[in-house]
Amino acid sequence: MTYVITGSCIKDDSCVEACPVDCIHPKPGAPDFETAEQLYIDPDMCIDCDACVEACPVDAVFADFELPEKFGYALDLNGEFFAEKSTAERTRTSA
Amino acid sequence: MSTGARVAVVGAGPAGAFAADRLLRARGDVEIDLFERLPTPWGLLRAGVAPDHQEIKRLDESFDRQTLERGCRLFGNVEVGVDISHEELMDHYTAVVYATGAQTDKSLGIAGEELPGSWPATEFVAWYNGHPDYRDLEFDLSARRAVVIGNGNVAADVTRMLTLDPDELARTDVADHALEALRASQIEEVVVLGRRGPAQAAFTSAELRELGQLGGVELRVSPEDAALDPLSERWLAERGTFTARTNVALLREFAERDPQTESPRRIVLRFLRSPVEIRGDERVEAIDIRRNEIVQTDDGSLRPKGLDEDVETIECGLVLRSVGYRAVPLPGVPFDERSFILPNDRGRVLASDGEPLPGVYAVGWIKRGPTGILGTNKRDAEETARCLAEDLESGALRAPEDLGREGIDALLAERKPDLVTVEGWRAIDALELRRGEEQERPRVKLGSREELLAAARPAG
Repeated sequence: MTYVITGSCIKDDSCVEACPVDCIHPKPGAPDFETAEQLYIDPDMCIDCDACVEACPVDAVFADFELPEKFGYALDLNGEFFAEKSTAERTRTSA
Repeated sequence: MSTGARVAVVGAGPAGAFAADRLLRARGDVEIDLFERLPTPWGLLRAGVAPDHQEIKRLDESFDRQTLERGCRLFGNVEVGVDISHEELMDHYTAVVYATGAQTDKSLGIAGEELPGSWPATEFVAWYNGHPDYRDLEFDLSARRAVVIGNGNVAADVTRMLTLDPDELARTDVADHALEALRASQIEEVVVLGRRGPAQAAFTSAELRELGQLGGVELRVSPEDAALDPLSERWLAERGTFTARTNVALLREFAERDPQTESPRRIVLRFLRSPVEIRGDERVEAIDIRRNEIVQTDDGSLRPKGLDEDVETIECGLVLRSVGYRAVPLPGVPFDERSFILPNDRGRVLASDGEPLPGVYAVGWIKRGPTGILGTNKRDAEETARCLAEDLESGALRAPEDLGREGIDALLAERKPDLVTVEGWRAIDALELRRGEEQERPRVKLGSREELLAAARPAG
């Protein structure tokens, strides 16, 4: 499974700070951070720890099997965001 | 023990709340007072974020925890520049942080813009969100068609509010007067005009997708409108953001949908269309629009350019203009008349000689212009708080003449007997939440300043 960030995300970066495996991108300071409308969880890296759910102030993060229907699109969208990125980019810890 | 650094944050919206939070993290010993011209805090979180986005409004719990619960004081119903001057604040605080946002709309500059029935979208937003200064506005929703000008998230918000099923809306904290008016609305079609193309639409893909998911609402995009011109096609492939690519894909998908003629309401997205004139004898009856093409300018950016063709006339009874916000100058503080912000360097407000004005800071839209989303203010506030903390550390800030709390408290008690403190706000909040619970809604807002102030007054 994986956790998934939905369109309610306000780009508060509490989840980025909370994530123990740095799988939430783009991070503040990354080139695509300013233009991103939300943050995304890399499904291949997520360890299902729930820390981001606890950290999110607007309840924008869900486990994939608990994703409300209206946010059904978000599972693919999170994956697509990372599909074009290299492994180096995905694991990079940016400033 | 306190070192005596006292900070006034002017404006208790998201930028002000994040600034207070970040400042407390940087310097746990500062005392912060939040000044707010409304009786209620949290600014556009309460009065801007659409009622059907309740999950986002939950951020108020974080703001409360990070500011008021940590000892920040609230001075609500106090307008800086009217009830108390900038100079007076400087007499009582080590530093003043302006977080006043961008309070007016940009205009279109076309004929008929001021006709009755043509409104800034932000006034409609303030009205349905129960902002006490806008409750008496009367939007005529008796025509079949409304036109929304603009392609940003405010345009998407007002479009949803005009088309959402009122029963769905009734489960939110929408203002009661707005719910009543929207229940009686005759509007069946909302046409949304973007002057640029699908690749340049400023909607987030989340807001755009939502327009296509509303119950009882058909979203109509013609294949012609969804198509990209060659310049935009190339830009998207080479430099398009993830959001722009997602938006274009969504619009193509919408354009392929079968017509849903049985839907009671309809949203029509039109691209590459600019308003030319709003027409009507006594009030709005129609809008003339013109087709644009995308051209490349000398600096390589893509711009819309009007085509020399006949205008198209769309009959409508309501026009909501949503082409951006603009800040207004604050008395006694420098203002950049070209960028509509306080001139600043990373949040330090600059005097006319370009040097920092000691003790004066800016955060949020008044600092960077009306861009970004809620969370953007967190990084913005971090930067301003860091500058302020550095200046406190380096001794760049002089102690105010009157360092204690007593002076400012006495001044406000004399000028604003109906000041709303944290306790007053807690009373308002509790009453609104209780009323909400009774109606199975998240909150029922008190509609007028009088009601808000009455609820805030200590009992007895």
